[in-house]
This record gives sequence, C-alpha cells and structure tokens, in this order.
Amino acid sequence: MKIAVCVKQIPDPAAPAKMDANYNLARDTKLIMDESDSYGVEMALQLVDKAGAGEVVLFSMAPGEEVSGLRNALAMGAHRAVLISDPRLAGSDALSTAKVLAKAIGRESFDLVLAATESSDGYTGTTPVQIAELLDLPSVTFAKGIEVKGESLIVARQTEAGFDEIEVPTPALVTVTAGVVEPRYPNFKGIMAAKSKPVEKLSIDDLAFSPDSVGASGARETITSIRPAESRGAGTVVVDEGDGFAKIIEYLESLKVI
Amino acid sequence: MVKTPIKPLDLFNIDSMLSAEEIAIRDTVRKYVEKRIKPEVADWYESGELPVAELAKELGELGVLGMHLDGWGCAGTSAVSYGLSCTELEAGDSGLRSLVSVQGSLAMKAIHAFGSTEQKDQWLPGMAAGDIIGCFGLTEADFGSNPSGMRTNAKRDGGDWILNGSKMWITNGSVAKVAVVWARTDDGVRGFVVPTDTPGFSANLIHKKLSLRASVTSELVFDNLRLPASAVLPEVSSLRGPLTCLNEARFGILFGALGAARDCLESAITYGLERDQFDKPIAGFQLTQKKYADMTLELGKGMLLAIHVGRLKDQGLATSEQVSLGKLNNAREALAIARDCRSILGANGITLEYPVMRHLCNLESVFTYEGTNEMHTLVVGEALTGLGAFR
Repeated sequence: MKIAVCVKQIPDPAAPAKMDANYNLARDTKLIMDESDSYGVEMALQLVDKAGAGEVVLFSMAPGEEVSGLRNALAMGAHRAVLISDPRLAGSDALSTAKVLAKAIGRESFDLVLAATESSDGYTGTTPVQIAELLDLPSVTFAKGIEVKGESLIVARQTEAGFDEIEVPTPALVTVTAGVVEPRYPNFKGIMAAKSKPVEKLSIDDLAFSPDSVGASGARETITSIRPAESRGAGTVVVDEGDGFAKIIEYLESLKVI
Repeated sequence: MVKTPIKPLDLFNIDSMLSAEEIAIRDTVRKYVEKRIKPEVADWYESGELPVAELAKELGELGVLGMHLDGWGCAGTSAVSYGLSCTELEAGDSGLRSLVSVQGSLAMKAIHAFGSTEQKDQWLPGMAAGDIIGCFGLTEADFGSNPSGMRTNAKRDGGDWILNGSKMWITNGSVAKVAVVWARTDDGVRGFVVPTDTPGFSANLIHKKLSLRASVTSELVFDNLRLPASAVLPEVSSLRGPLTCLNEARFGILFGALGAARDCLESAITYGLERDQFDKPIAGFQLTQKKYADMTLELGKGMLLAIHVGRLKDQGLATSEQVSLGKLNNAREALAIARDCRSILGANGITLEYPVMRHLCNLESVFTYEGTNEMHTLVVGEALTGLGAFR
C-alpha cells in the first residue's frame, strides 16, 4: 500500500507568532511538523504495517528548504519525503498550495493521500479537498478510522452525532481528525535512520509552474487587515454552598440543553 | 513592565550548541518523561516501588538502553545525545536515570567492551530491548571508594568457577535477570556474567531508604555459586574493567544531575510567580531573584561543562579526570540548587506535591555514588599536583 501524507511545517505554536508586512504568518523561524499532521503520519504507518508492505511518502511545501519537521515524520517511520521549496512560492494562498502539492503528488500513483483536516497555523481547512479535486480523487473528511477492504476503504467519518461509515474506492484522499490515533514517539533508531532517508527537493520549475501562477502573484486571496481575536470574558464563578447540583441544572436548563 | 519569563537554560541558548538529531533525541525523552514519569513518580517515590520491568520495556522501545553503544540492537548515538537523555530522565527522577545508567553504562557496557561474541549475542539484544534487566556488582559493604580491597572472590574448580561473597548498594539488583559481578581471582579482578537464577545467587532488597526511593537497591549474595568458564568476561583482568564502566556511568551523571536541578529551578520559578506574600509574588523579591540568578548561572555553567566533556568524548579525547571534573561540579551544584529551591518553596517544598525535596533527597545519593565528591576532588587534586592523596 502506497500512501502520500501531506505534512505542513509551521512556526512552533509555543513561540509567540509574528506576522509579516502582508499579514501573513512570518515563517523565518525554525519550523516544526504541525502536530495535526502527526495523526496522518501515524495512520499511514499503521495502514502500511497492516498491509504488510508499502511506502509512506511525505509531501511538504515550506520556505528555506526546511526539513526539520519532515525529519521528525521520517524518524517516526515514513520512508521518504518530497519538499517543494522555492522563494517564488512566498505568499501562496490555499489554492496555490493545493496546486503545488497536487502536482508533486500526481507525479506518482498512490492508493491513498492523507492530510490533516486543517493546519494549526492557517486553519483554512480547504487545501486537502482542493488537492483531491485537482487530482480528480474522491475525498472523505474528518476520518477517525480507516480500514482497507479490497480495492476500497471503509472510513469512519466523525459527525456531530457520532460517525458515518463511508466506503470509498481507491485511490482517494482522506483527512484525519486530530487526536484519533496516538502518534508514536520516534525511537532513537528511527531518529538516526531519518538522517539518511531521501528527501527530494523540488522548485516550481521542476513542477512546470510559471512564477505568476503561484506565490503572492498567483494568489486569488489577499489579506486586507488583521486584528486580535476578542478576549473572552472571565466567566461566572458559582460557589457551591450545598446547592451546586441544583445550580448546574438551572444553568443547563437556561441553555435549553436539558 | 512585565516581560515573558525565559527558561533558565534557554537564557544560555544551549540549543544552539546541539545538532538537530541531538535535539530530536532529547525531545523524545523529554516527552516520554513528561507524559509517563512525572504524573506517577511521586507515588512511586512514596511507596518505594518502581515498575522496573514495565519501564525498561518502554525505554527499550524508545532505544534509550545502551543507546551510546553500537550493534546488538543498540542505537549507536553520540555521547552528547546519551548525556542529554540522562538530563531528561533525571528531570523525572534520579531513580529512573539510575535504572538506565546501570543497564546501559554499567551492565551492557561491561559485556559490550569486555565480553565474548557469544556473551554479547546472548545478552545485549534483550538488554537493549528492555526484556532483560541487568545489574552491576562492584561496591561491597566495606569497600566503596576503595574497590581494590574487595572480598568477593572466584576460585577455579576444574573448568568452572566458584563465586563467593556479597555486593552492596546494587541498583536493579532484585529485578535483574543478569548480574555483571567483579571478583578477586588468582589472575586479578575478573568480571563474571551471572544469570540471577543460578543456584547460590540471592538478592536482598534494601529497605528504609530516604533517597532514591523510586529505585530498586539491593544486596547481592553469592554462596558457592558455580559458573562455567564461559561466564567470565575474557577481555579484562583488572580494575580497569569496572572503572571503564564507571567512567561511562559518571559521564551520564554529569548531565543527569543537571536534569534534577533544572526541574527544581523551573518548579521554584513557577512557584515564586504564583506565591504571593506581602501582596506580591515572591519571585518579585530581590532575595528570591538573587537565588534564581545564582542557580541559573550554576545550572548553565554545569551544562556548558557537560556538553564540552560530551564533545570531547565524541572525539575520543575525554579523560577520566575530565569526567571527574564534571561529576564533582555538577553533582555538587545540583544539590546546592535543590536546597535553595526548597527554601523558595517554603513549607510546600517538603512535600511530594512538588518535585523539589524528592530531587534534593535523590541528589544526596548522586553526590555520593559513582565516586564520592571527596574521591573526585582528590582525582582532580592528583591531576593538578601529581601527588595522590588517598593512598
């Protein structure tokens, strides 16, 4: 089973975020693997393990030939990685990113393309389905589990009420919900081996994009302004004086949830 | 104006001295300790029990056991990576780091450096995986700093060896499946690889400890224990054998002790920011800030020294005197840091709700074991003057 996994390398969420002059997140610091993507990597590794043979290939678009996040996923056990890095990609919007990733993924044939439901920095949540459309693949979102059944996949798709079971033919693209599997710790042999696993580096020329079709000049979105999110109120503190239970019931009733 | 606090070691930008691989290995151990060890270690400490078999298996899966050795299932990392792992393990508890030091640097190192191919094939893969726990018997009740006086002895009986005597303060002793035991013989001090189910072997758990409570410490007794000729480590017949291993373990300690100190200092800073007296956080008082600053200096200097010795070791240049310098300084300063942190935490500092007193009690052992503070002082003194002061 051959699986492509989209991996975003993002500024460390633990560090204070910086914005550039165009209101884009500054990506000139050290980048790490988006934790949301670690679930897709783990799920891909489990599926390949179960299949008995196969390959997990990572795809990432990142500035400055950044590979540290990819090395982390390679240390977990992914087999190789493809990095698209080109200064002319700066300022790309979600659709341009999808075009670039789709083109890179489309050079090979995969049984499955996995991505996170959304990244932890941009949160657009649109790139995976755009990739699916560009590659003409069926897509299933919000997966909490994937099983292989012959030439199809049975995907448990999370909904507000529970989950749907969806059968989808391969090849397909599936987005994986954060937290549904326990990403393995990379062990030391994995970390040592990751150094020598192949990372193919591509420019937009390698993928035959014209410079004006991608990056800031190809972007159809522009960010005109940004402002901090409104801070939440402090909430109400209710002191339990023996009637805490009744007060909780009263509050839930006021919300009409019971 | 209130600025965002920076962590003590980040003030030194220690990360700038490390490779991506070293950071990845460190972070893997740090996450494991945060998730698996820190939530439970206070209970283990209080009950005086450590789930060694379970933890060894997990540490084996990560690749921690014998990580700096090559082959036989070992990861083959740099010495600095091993040191950084010890820092993270000991930020959890010195008992956890002791488990790993004894397994990797003492028991596995002895077999790796001085064992036959058959011995390596038989023991090392299982030990690296954490399926087989090892211990290392050198110290005796009456011979600590002076191991050359050891009474444990092995005598030939035809092709076999008969081992008699006892060893004291043996980490992992009661849970080990294999013990590397050093004994006096007619051919000098020899090492023996002893399966602990051999008749004549017994291990007695040491109780009533007030330090390293989350660690198994035992007395080993050998009563006419019969071993085949193949049990002896063929490549060494002097104290160079155990001392080589101890040098490895000490190297881990000069990093490890700083992990306990770092955890104390970070706890004391967090506590000081949350604890109000006289209507302001105690972290805002000058006396407290002086303690923080002095402790941070010692912690950072200790880490710079540790990484320096680690880089020397990776180049094959580290001498045992340099390891002594590091162990002497870092165990001493870690203990001093833990004591000062305890004072910042006030009465809360004496409980297991905070890690500080636990680390402080552990560091009393770390100060003494693997070469006492006094012995390392005299090693440095001898290096400086050419005069041995202890013989």
